[in-house]
Amino acid sequence: MRENDVILQTVSKVAVFIILTFGMYLFLSGHHNPGGGFIGGLTLSSAVILLYIAFDVESVNKGIPVDFKLVAAAGVLISVLSGTGALLFGADFLSQSFAYFDLPLLGKTELTTVVLFEAGVALAVVGVVVTILINISEDV
Amino acid sequence: MTLLHLLILFPIIAVVFIVTLGQLAPRLHLGWAALVVPVVLFAAFLTMVPTIAGNDTISGTIPWITELDLHFAVYLDGLSLIFALLITGVGSLVVLYSIFYLSKKRESLSHFYSFLLLFMGAMLGVVLSDNLMVLYLFWELTSISSFLLIGFWYRRKKSQYGAQKSFLITVGGGIAMLVGFIMLQVMSGTNSVQEIIAMRNSIQGHELFVPALILILLGAFTKSAQFPFHIWLPDAMEAPTPVSAYLHSATMVKAGLFLVARFTPVFGGEATWFWLVSGVGIFTMFWGALFAVKQKDLKALLAYSTISQLGLIMSLFGLGSAALHGGASTDSVVYTTAIFVALFHLVNHSTFKGALFMIVGIVDHGVGTRDIRKLGGLMTLMPVTFTLAVISSFSMAGLPPFNGFLSKEMFFTATLTAKEMNFFSMDTWGMMFPVIALAGSVFTFTYSMVLVFKTFAGRYKRDKLEKNPHEAPIGLLISPIILCSLVILLFIFPNQLSKYLLAPAMNGILPTFQGIEGLIPKIYAWHGFNTELLMTAIVVVLGFVLVRTFKYWKEIYDLFPQRISIDQGYQNLLAFSESTSNSITNFYMTGFLRHYLFYIYGFLLIVLSGTLFLTGSIVINTADDAQIGIYEVLLVLIMATAAVSILFTKSRMTATLLNGVLGYSIAIFFVLFRAPDLALTQLVVETVTTVLFLLCFYHLPEWSKEDRNLKVRIPKMVIAIGMGVLTVLISLSAQGNKLFDSISSFFEDSYELAGGRNIVNSILGDFRAFDTMLEVVVLFIAGVGVYTLIKLKSPQGGDTNERK
Repeated sequence: MRENDVILQTVSKVAVFIILTFGMYLFLSGHHNPGGGFIGGLTLSSAVILLYIAFDVESVNKGIPVDFKLVAAAGVLISVLSGTGALLFGADFLSQSFAYFDLPLLGKTELTTVVLFEAGVALAVVGVVVTILINISEDV
Repeated sequence: MTLLHLLILFPIIAVVFIVTLGQLAPRLHLGWAALVVPVVLFAAFLTMVPTIAGNDTISGTIPWITELDLHFAVYLDGLSLIFALLITGVGSLVVLYSIFYLSKKRESLSHFYSFLLLFMGAMLGVVLSDNLMVLYLFWELTSISSFLLIGFWYRRKKSQYGAQKSFLITVGGGIAMLVGFIMLQVMSGTNSVQEIIAMRNSIQGHELFVPALILILLGAFTKSAQFPFHIWLPDAMEAPTPVSAYLHSATMVKAGLFLVARFTPVFGGEATWFWLVSGVGIFTMFWGALFAVKQKDLKALLAYSTISQLGLIMSLFGLGSAALHGGASTDSVVYTTAIFVALFHLVNHSTFKGALFMIVGIVDHGVGTRDIRKLGGLMTLMPVTFTLAVISSFSMAGLPPFNGFLSKEMFFTATLTAKEMNFFSMDTWGMMFPVIALAGSVFTFTYSMVLVFKTFAGRYKRDKLEKNPHEAPIGLLISPIILCSLVILLFIFPNQLSKYLLAPAMNGILPTFQGIEGLIPKIYAWHGFNTELLMTAIVVVLGFVLVRTFKYWKEIYDLFPQRISIDQGYQNLLAFSESTSNSITNFYMTGFLRHYLFYIYGFLLIVLSGTLFLTGSIVINTADDAQIGIYEVLLVLIMATAAVSILFTKSRMTATLLNGVLGYSIAIFFVLFRAPDLALTQLVVETVTTVLFLLCFYHLPEWSKEDRNLKVRIPKMVIAIGMGVLTVLISLSAQGNKLFDSISSFFEDSYELAGGRNIVNSILGDFRAFDTMLEVVVLFIAGVGVYTLIKLKSPQGGDTNERK
C-alpha cells in the first residue's frame, strides 16, 4: 500500500517546516499586511494535515502528542477571555488597545492586545480543522 | 445591590458550597450545612419586622437590561415579609426535619439540598420582586425546582409521572401569566408592579384589562392548585415528605395566593376578578374537602386538604377585593376583613399543615405505611406524635383552643358579610358563599377526624405493618413541636401577629384604605353567641355524624364517573398532543437528506424572495460600478463552464475537481480586485475543503444517476435555479440600495483607530471583534458537533437512513 510514499514523505519533511514558518509569518504580519489569525491558523493546520497525509495517524500522534480538541477549546477560551481583560480597565468588552515601545534589538515596536485575541482565533482554527479531519479519517 | 438582593441570591449561591462540601466532607450530613441558610435568612428577615411594622417599605434595584425595562428590582412590604418569614421559617424547620428523615447513606443529599435551596432562593425572588419579568423568571424557577424535587426518587414511575404533571400544569399556567404580564406592560408602559398599582385608574378601561386579569389568574390558579387544575397536587405527593411539607403545603402552592394578593390593588373591584377568585376558590374549598374524606393514603388526604384550604384562602381574597368596588370608604372597609382573614389563615395553615405533613412522615417512617386501612391504635405506641396530630388536625378542623378556630370563625364572618353586598349581583347569589363554606367545613372536620382517629385510635393491626411501631427520635419531633406550639400561641396572642405582620400587609394590599378605621379588626376568641358560633356547632355535630356513618354514605363517591374525571381529561390531552405531534413530525422527517435540503432551500426561497418583492427592494444600479475588464470576463466564462459541466459529469472525482475550479477562480477574482488577504484565505480554505472531500469519498455511496422522473426533477430544478437567481438578485440589490451611511471612514482611519494598516484584520480583530469571537465559538461548536457525530453515533442502524 505504501510503496509510493517515499517522495511524498521526503518532500513533506521539508515542506512542513516551510509551511509552518509561513503560517507563523502570516499570523504575525496580519496587523499591517495580508495575514492574521484565521488564515495563519488555517496554514498551520494544513501543515499538520500534510503530515497526516504523508505519514500514518499513529506516528504523527506519537510525534505531536497534542489533543487538538483541547487546542480548539483553549483557543476559544483565549479569545473570549482576552475580551474580558478590557473590562478590568473600565473599557467595553473586547476593546483592543495598542501602544509603541522601544524594545532592544527590534527598536520601536508596536505591541497590541489584538494579538492575544488573534492567537485565540488561530488556535481555535487549528484545533477544529485538525480534529475534524482526524476524526473523519479515523472513522474509515 | 442591597441587602434584599443578597438575601435572595444567598440560597442560590449556597448551592455551590453545598455541592463542594458534599465532595469534601462525605461523612457530614449535608442538612446541617444547608440548615445555616434558612436560619440566617429567617433572622435577617426578622430584623426587618420593626421597619415594616412601622408601615415602611424597603426597596432597591439593580439595572439589568434598561432598554427593555428589565431591572432586578426588589420590594419588601408587609405582604412580602409574611411570605419571606414563612419561606425561611418553615424552610428552617423542614431542613432540620429532613436531616433525620433522609438517610445519609441511601439518598443523594447534595442533590436534595441543592434543589431545596434553589427553590428557596426562587421563592424569595417571587415574593420580593417588583419587576414583572424578574418575578416571572423566579416563578418558573420554583416550578423547575419543584419538578426536580418531586422527581427526586426518579427511578419510580409514579415520581416521574407526578413531576411531569406538576411541571406541565404549573408551567402552562406560568406562560399564560407571562402573556398577562406583557399585556399589563403594554397597558401601563412599565414593568414595575408598584408603578402599575399606582396607575390603576388609568389602565382600568383598557381593552386588554380583563384578558390580562384572566391570564394572570390562570397562573395563580395552576400554581395554587385550584379547581380544575388541582389534579397535579395529589400526584406531587410522590416527593419526599419534607418536600411536600415545604413546597406543596407551606410555600410554593401559596405563590398563587401571593400573586392574587399582590394584584388585588390592580384588579380588585372588578366583577370578573371578584367572581373568578371567590367562585373558583370556594368551589375548590368544597371539592377538595369532599375528596379528602375518601382518600386512603394519608398524604393524599393531606394533598386534597391542602387544595381545600388553598381554595378557602383564595375565596377570601376574592371576597375582600369587593372592598375596592367604588373606591375606599368607611362603608366598604367592612369587606376588607376577608383579606385580613385570608392572610391570617395563610399563616395558620402553614403552621398546622406543615406539622401534619411532618407527622404523617413520622408515621410513615416509624410504621412503614401511610395506608389508613392498615393503620390504627398507634396512640399508646407513639404518644408524642399523637398529641401533635391532635393539636394540628383539631386546628385544621376549626376547633378551639387552636389558631384554626379563630380564622375559621372569621372566614364564616367574611362570607356572611359578603352575603350583604348589594353589587356584583350578590343579592341573588350571595347566599351561596356561607352555604358552601359551611358544607366544605363539615367535610374538613370529617377528614381531620379521620386523619387522627383512623391512625391513632381503633384496633392495632400489627400483622399489616412492615415495621415495629415506635416513637420517633427527638430530631424528627422538634419541628412539628415548634409548629404545634405556634398553633397554640397564635390562638392566645393573635393580635400580636396582627400588629406586626398582618396590619402592614393589609396596608400593602389595600394602600387606598390606609388609616381608615376598621381595616385591622381585633381578633377575639370569644365573641358571644352569634351565627358564626352556630355554624361551628353545626360543623362539629354534622361532621361527627358523617365520621360515624362514613361506611353508609361513601357510595356517593361512585357517582363521580371515573372515565370523565379531570385526571382522565389531562391524560387524554397529553396522549392526544403526543400522537398528533408525532404524526406531524413523522410526516416531514423522512430521513432523507435531500428532503431536508428541499425544505431549507424552499423556505429560504419563499421568505427571501417574498421579502424582496413585497418591500420592492430590487434595485439594480450600475452607475457606480467599475469597468469590466477582459480578465473578469474570461474568469466568469471559466466558472460558468465549470458549473454547468458538473451537471454532466460521470464520476465524483471530476465533480469535486470542477467544484475546486469554482473555488480557485473566486480566489483569482480576489487577486484581480486587489484583496490579497481574501485570496489567500480562499486558497487555503479551498485546499482544506478538497482534503475533506478526499476523506469523505470513502463514506459516500456509489455515484448513481437519479431517476429521471420529472415529478422529482422539476421541483429540484425550480429550487436550484430559484436559489441561484435569488442570490444574484440579493447581491445586486445590496449594491443598489444605500440604506446606511458608508462605514468606509473606519477603514481609512484604521491605522489611527486600531494601529493596524491591514483594514481587513482591523475589522475582524478590533471594530467587529464581537462578531469574530462568536464566529470562533460557532466554529468550535461545529467542530465538537462533527466529533460527537462521528464518535458517538449509534452502534447499529442509526445512520442507515442518511446513506440511502
